[in-house]
Amino acid sequence: MKPHRTIADREDVLGAIMLAPSLVYVILLVGVPFAFAILLSFSDATAGSLHFGWAGLRNYAAILGDPIFLRALRNSAIVTVGSQLLVVVLATAAAQVLRATFRGKRFARFVLLLPWAVPVSLAAIAWTWIFDSTFSVINWTLRAAGLMHGWLYWLGDPALALVAIIIVQAWRIFPFATVIVLAGLSSIPQEIVEAAIVDGAGFWRRLFQVELPLLMPVVAVAVLFGVVYTATDLGVVYILTGGGPANTTHVLPTLAFQRGILGADLGQGAAIAVFLLPFLIVVAVAMLRLARHTEVGAR
Amino acid sequence: MKRVALYAAALGFVVFAGFPFYWMLITSFKQNRDLYVGASDTSHIPWIFNDPPTLEHVKLLFGQTDFPRWVLNTLVVVVAVVVITVAVAVPAGYSLARLAGRWGERLGMGIFFTYLIPPTLLFVPFSRLVSLLGLQDSLGALILIYPTITIPFCTWLVMGFLRSVPWDIEEQAMIDGYSRLAVILKVAPRLIVPGILTVVVFTFTLVLQEFVYALTFISSVDKMTVSLGVPIALVRGDVYHWGALMAAALFTSIPLAIVYNAFMDRFIQGFTMGAVKG
Repeated sequence: MKPHRTIADREDVLGAIMLAPSLVYVILLVGVPFAFAILLSFSDATAGSLHFGWAGLRNYAAILGDPIFLRALRNSAIVTVGSQLLVVVLATAAAQVLRATFRGKRFARFVLLLPWAVPVSLAAIAWTWIFDSTFSVINWTLRAAGLMHGWLYWLGDPALALVAIIIVQAWRIFPFATVIVLAGLSSIPQEIVEAAIVDGAGFWRRLFQVELPLLMPVVAVAVLFGVVYTATDLGVVYILTGGGPANTTHVLPTLAFQRGILGADLGQGAAIAVFLLPFLIVVAVAMLRLARHTEVGAR
Repeated sequence: MKRVALYAAALGFVVFAGFPFYWMLITSFKQNRDLYVGASDTSHIPWIFNDPPTLEHVKLLFGQTDFPRWVLNTLVVVVAVVVITVAVAVPAGYSLARLAGRWGERLGMGIFFTYLIPPTLLFVPFSRLVSLLGLQDSLGALILIYPTITIPFCTWLVMGFLRSVPWDIEEQAMIDGYSRLAVILKVAPRLIVPGILTVVVFTFTLVLQEFVYALTFISSVDKMTVSLGVPIALVRGDVYHWGALMAAALFTSIPLAIVYNAFMDRFIQGFTMGAVKG
């Protein structure tokens, strides 16, 4: 009885036992593959065989000399920055709207959350239909309203296709950002806002000089997740354009998939995916800083 | 004047966010001759039903495609991944919140950060692993790999949830003579139920939404999940069955939307990591 009791009361032992499965899973199936992804990028491994040969920097030399890769890298940056700029503007505005009380607010909130709930791949296929070259409802509406006389081949033109991709990414991420900003708004002490009103600050001054500065950490969290979700997303581009026309709209994930999985060149696929790391490292460092900052305030 | 601006802004957001769903809805029930009128014909309004609605696409979807099979596959994966995630993440979250002391916070943060490592970075090494294990083109691959996304986030969620639950009840039980283990087995489960519910819901939504790993590992049409099968295999050759496609997207979105509406605030607490005090 006695030794049993001691183990049953040893918090460190119990804690370790309960934590172990999670830690082991994460190390074996995230940590190790992550290291392996980087290792693979220096190898000539292919999907067909188990051969694993050291290729040094050859994969990197190959992709850095490849205009399709450089274009994909540029597209990834454009899409990520473009969509997140849109997201910040839309989310801050939408949060202001949802904070007010008005009739039909519950319905508005429900609809606003929809894009975040729907699976990426299904949203992307719906947008593919919306941007269809023959049946695009956007084109119909623009023409019927007399705003356009020509024709927009949304997914057939490299520049327009990037615009379409940015719209879809912003559309699917801004609801998430809105809810985060809303949570931040509700945590601003009411006294500060009231003090600003007493001092005669109008809506815009209150927004830009009082609330937005206080909201910065929260908006930053929303943007950081948004960057991760956009930069690393494969579904939207894969389904909307498949990287076409003529490989002009690839982003890093779709190109990595094309080379690494479809083309069976694991080494090159891994090397392309490794270029996602700078995006992720920036995000991780920013988040750590943010967490440290807010911890000081919260404790 | 202010009210007008407010309603106009609200309407604008509702239209932008909701328009693709309206488009799914109207496409799902339109007759083909109403659907496939080129957009250059400005006299035919695509926003409304010009002919009476039809169930033809829905019948096609459920009767003549693999959609029901994909729903079944998805449910199998959901159940398996939920069981694994709850069994692994809930004890870990409890351990981090209650037993690990000062280290809990940092370890928890470390585990959470792995959530940021995206599928698009890991699918190449995983494709190697999956073929080594002989799991290619099987639901087993998804059941093995999906917890790599759910476990980090859910461990973090449970830890955060437990920190908002007071210690009192557990401490009282220990004063009453329970061992720590007895507290964990008999008292804690009741306290943790809402946290577990959030874990289940998050896992459910994640499995329904996941596309990258499914695309990488599954190639046979009858092994696909909904989010993979609909955009990839419902499109046969060059003929897009837009009615059936949109019906599938719509029917999958509805349960997710309802779940999200109910649980959004809980997820957000997980994401903001204390940047917002709730």
